[in-house]
Amino acid sequence: MGVTIAFWILAVAAILGALGVVLLRNVFRAALSLVLCFLAVAGLYVTLSADFLAAVQILVYVGAIAVLIILAIMLTRDVQRGSPGNRLQLPAFIVAALFLAIVAFAIFQTSWQLAELPPPAPTTSDLAFRLLGDGGFILPLEIAPVLLLAAIIGAIVLVREK
Amino acid sequence: MMIFNPDPSSVRQMPTLAPDWPGGFWWHWLLFTVIIIAFVLLLVMGYIWLERRAMGRMQARLGPNRAGPFGLLQPVADALKVMLKEDIVPVNADKIVHLLAPIIAFAPVLIIFAVVPFANGALLADLNIGIVFVVAISSISTLGVFMAGWGSSNKYSLLGAMRNVASVVSYEIPVVLSIAGVVLITGSLSMNQIVLAQEIPFILLQPLGFLIFFIGGCAEINRSPFDLLEADSEIVAGFHTEYSGMKFAMFYLVEYAEALVISALITTLFLGGWRGPILPPWLWFLVKVMVVFFVMVWTRTTLPRVRIDQLMALAWKFLFPLALLNLFITGIEILAWPTAIAWLIPVNIAVMVILVLLWSKLFKLGWGRVEV
Repeated sequence: MGVTIAFWILAVAAILGALGVVLLRNVFRAALSLVLCFLAVAGLYVTLSADFLAAVQILVYVGAIAVLIILAIMLTRDVQRGSPGNRLQLPAFIVAALFLAIVAFAIFQTSWQLAELPPPAPTTSDLAFRLLGDGGFILPLEIAPVLLLAAIIGAIVLVREK
Repeated sequence: MMIFNPDPSSVRQMPTLAPDWPGGFWWHWLLFTVIIIAFVLLLVMGYIWLERRAMGRMQARLGPNRAGPFGLLQPVADALKVMLKEDIVPVNADKIVHLLAPIIAFAPVLIIFAVVPFANGALLADLNIGIVFVVAISSISTLGVFMAGWGSSNKYSLLGAMRNVASVVSYEIPVVLSIAGVVLITGSLSMNQIVLAQEIPFILLQPLGFLIFFIGGCAEINRSPFDLLEADSEIVAGFHTEYSGMKFAMFYLVEYAEALVISALITTLFLGGWRGPILPPWLWFLVKVMVVFFVMVWTRTTLPRVRIDQLMALAWKFLFPLALLNLFITGIEILAWPTAIAWLIPVNIAVMVILVLLWSKLFKLGWGRVEV
């Protein structure tokens, strides 16, 4: 009961936030609206007993990516007069609609498996065993930091003088 | 190193209400919400009083001493004053963002106290991701500062906000790495378990981690000597230049409430939380929080403000490598000597002293050249 109420509040907040990103003319407010969407999605993860995922969602998307977006907006010229218009509205709408159609198709075509067991209480240790234990995802886990490191070094090389 | 994964059933002396019992859940929630709000508001007033009086003494002056005994009512008088002040919003400001900024900056600070234990099991929610929750939620506060800087449409506000994000992004890394050392020893992310694992306060087992957390925490909440985001000689008052009245009071409250959060986290992670002999647990918690804040005031009056390049260099060239080394050494110690060993305490302190001395020799700002 409580979870259902929470789900509807969070779902409405997430959709309003997402609509705000698209419809608001002011870029800065659109970015803040994106933050609301991220927070609501984190709340949805909590209702699904994925507490660690929710914390990481806030940490990565609100703490890092949203702040990065806002920083980029602050460094952009002519942004005080609102969002600069262009003619990509129709193509953007078509691409977004196609993407929505694909996602909706995938969701409705998948036969979802329902677990009988309640979710495990401390999720973090199970997660750690899956990632780092025998037969886990240690290789992808190591490849991702190498990729990020390459990106960081690339950024440093790009901005270096001389 | 003391206890690995303490058994939750054996350590719960205080019967906590089952969270799935509806009535019990709501009473628990109401009680702790009231406690947390009262705790934060009262201690912020206490902090303001302590800071002004202690700074006065350290600077060879009296400090506020007229309102009430020892000037204790000064924060109350200040609070009444700001509430009666006129609320001024700049003409070009983004009104909604300007209004929401202090609220968004303040809410996360209160939410963090949901996982800080005041006694064994006495916390709003004993989340098993406790400390990750704290790190995640505290990152939202930056957004409030950003909104204030942008919404004011003032260049000094914007400069202050930019400096804030630079310092927060840089110092987040060493702070989280120093927390990881504590989590390695405890084997749990829950704040309550972290306190229960501290037979010896972790400041003795993790002296370097404590140092890094203290410096990084002070930098993240922009306390002097890292307060250059509101350096009044350079950028008026930084992000809250255009705020007045109650909204300014909110930012003032956030500043001290964040100091309270860092003190409470240091107490919980490194000083044994509510644990201590004779006195009741909540009193120990209060005493430790006050002592940590006193040290913050002390550093504020002792050290001059850093420049922006020094701020960045300290984070990336000094704290970050030391935090990595600290994590590495802690990992080796846990693998090699997983049981209780008292002799690791002097070893760890010696390692800290050697590393800090060594790094301060290596760490020169651009070898004497002034670079940004």
